[in-house]
Amino acid sequence: MKTNATSDAAGTLSTRDVLADSSAQGAGSSNLLDLMQRWLPKLVLAPTVMMTLLFIYGYVIWTGVLSLTKSRFLPNYNFVGFAQYEKLLDNDRWSVASLNILIFGGLFILICLFIGVVMAILLDQKIRAEGSIRTVFLYPMALSFIVTGTAWKWILNPGLGLEKLVHDFGYESFQFDWLVNPDMAIYTLVIAAVWQSSGFVMALFLAGLRGVDSSIVKAAQLDGASMPMIYRRIILPHLRPVFFSAFIILSHIAIKSFDLVMALTGGGPGYATDLPATFMYVTTFSRGQIGLGSASAMMMLGVVLAILIPYLYSELRGKNNV
Amino acid sequence: MSDSIYTNARNVRAGRMALYAVLLLAVLFYLLPLVVMLLTSLKSMADIRAGNLISWPEEFLLDAWVKAWSSACTGVSCEGVGSFFWNSFQITIPAVLISTFLGALNGYVLTKWKFRGSDIFFGLMLFGCFIPFQVVILPMAQTLGWLGLANTTTGLVFVHIVYGMAFTTLFFRNFYVSVPSELVSAAKIDGAGFFTIFWRIILPLSTPIFVVCIIWQFTQVWNDFLFGVVFSGGDTQPITVALNNLVNSSTGVKEYNVDMAAAMIAALPTLVVYVLAGKYFVRGLTAGAVKG
Repeated sequence: MKTNATSDAAGTLSTRDVLADSSAQGAGSSNLLDLMQRWLPKLVLAPTVMMTLLFIYGYVIWTGVLSLTKSRFLPNYNFVGFAQYEKLLDNDRWSVASLNILIFGGLFILICLFIGVVMAILLDQKIRAEGSIRTVFLYPMALSFIVTGTAWKWILNPGLGLEKLVHDFGYESFQFDWLVNPDMAIYTLVIAAVWQSSGFVMALFLAGLRGVDSSIVKAAQLDGASMPMIYRRIILPHLRPVFFSAFIILSHIAIKSFDLVMALTGGGPGYATDLPATFMYVTTFSRGQIGLGSASAMMMLGVVLAILIPYLYSELRGKNNV
Repeated sequence: MSDSIYTNARNVRAGRMALYAVLLLAVLFYLLPLVVMLLTSLKSMADIRAGNLISWPEEFLLDAWVKAWSSACTGVSCEGVGSFFWNSFQITIPAVLISTFLGALNGYVLTKWKFRGSDIFFGLMLFGCFIPFQVVILPMAQTLGWLGLANTTTGLVFVHIVYGMAFTTLFFRNFYVSVPSELVSAAKIDGAGFFTIFWRIILPLSTPIFVVCIIWQFTQVWNDFLFGVVFSGGDTQPITVALNNLVNSSTGVKEYNVDMAAAMIAALPTLVVYVLAGKYFVRGLTAGAVKG
């Protein structure tokens, strides 16, 4: 009662006072309601906060800790420092996987960007049936990588697939054995992944093209600039942010690539098409080397962060400038 | 715009023809795998050996589909992918509904009831969209074991909710940012509370973002393989894992028609969603991917 009187006397009732009041005496119903209204949003968000902190950040730390231990089939906590990382870097299978992610990721990103830009520009020429064409380009994104892998595994089948098709067209000497050729198998992954994701990149660029101010283009035309010149000098530079985000998305897809490899090549022949993601899975769950597997997972995280942090940084800086 | 590239009419027409030819080739390239899958799934094995990828079936047979659904071998069991197809629904539906609803509530709090630290939390959460899941699966496997949820569909639902929430929250947060805050403050003055405002004002506005978010989550969860293969076992596997087992099991003679039929079965639900609601699918893809 006393606090109530003083604040009334003061004439102003700050929220802090209201809070103090209601917690002190559980007073009037309106105060209680206010208190609830203040805590409700936090309460609603609380489960998500807990889950994020525990299941994302907590688990990353946990995996980090495991990567410093001798864990094999079961996690244990005999710390060995960075021995697992040393072992990882000496591991032949890991170096194949790292090289593969560079080849696969590099080609996949470059080809997707190229096809995406070209197709978007072509589609932006007042094409009849543009909607249906776009639909066809994009449907692979709705499929699981397992389905994609299964389909391409059959198409690239060395006996009955593409090879037979070309033979039936009359080119009897045609050979296509990439799927079972250790030197070429990695490129089958590129083909399937490009098929799946390039339509999506096209959609991103098409949206970007539609956002370019047409009056600038018209002005350049009036000045006598040719269309290829306009694309090179005006439109493509405008699409820089799209290139940027497409790059981020594609590299993210590449680093996470796991399903496609499992379905298309199973990492084979031998381990010729292993990627870090499949290495991590096989090492941890099939070969019972949890410590080593955790170290490889942490390396993957490291690469993602190395790509992501500069991106987020430049995004945030960009927003602050605007 | 393209008309001015060329100076005379004939060049224009030749250019247009070339343009359409390139686009047609591209369309064929994107359609090829689907056509091949469908044709192969309708052939007999003899027909497959005699013809080629795109040869028309001698006779349209549904045998491979029947076998894929009910008697093909997926690892140890030979009961087809039918039961795994239903597993996927059992996993997907609750996971999508719960994560979407939580995402809506989170997005509402993060835009209309901000408090100190809520923006920082959103940033922390956003970061969670990007991590490679390899870095969390091992601790999660152990946690599910402790909770007695290892190898259960409930466990998989739980995992999909936990790791889907960052995306759903992102969707709703970005949508609610553009809902005028005056609506909410006016309602607050009228004495409406947190949930009243959510039910009466926010939810009725949210239909488009619900569609986008549900489609996105449905595709993500249905197509997931990593969580499925790590956290499920035996008869609780989702269809993607069963399909992979079917295709990559090395026992017996390879039946490509059955493989393709099973792949079609696994692909159908998301394809149907894409055909029916492609517009929303693309919107989710661009919003989810660019931001997330």
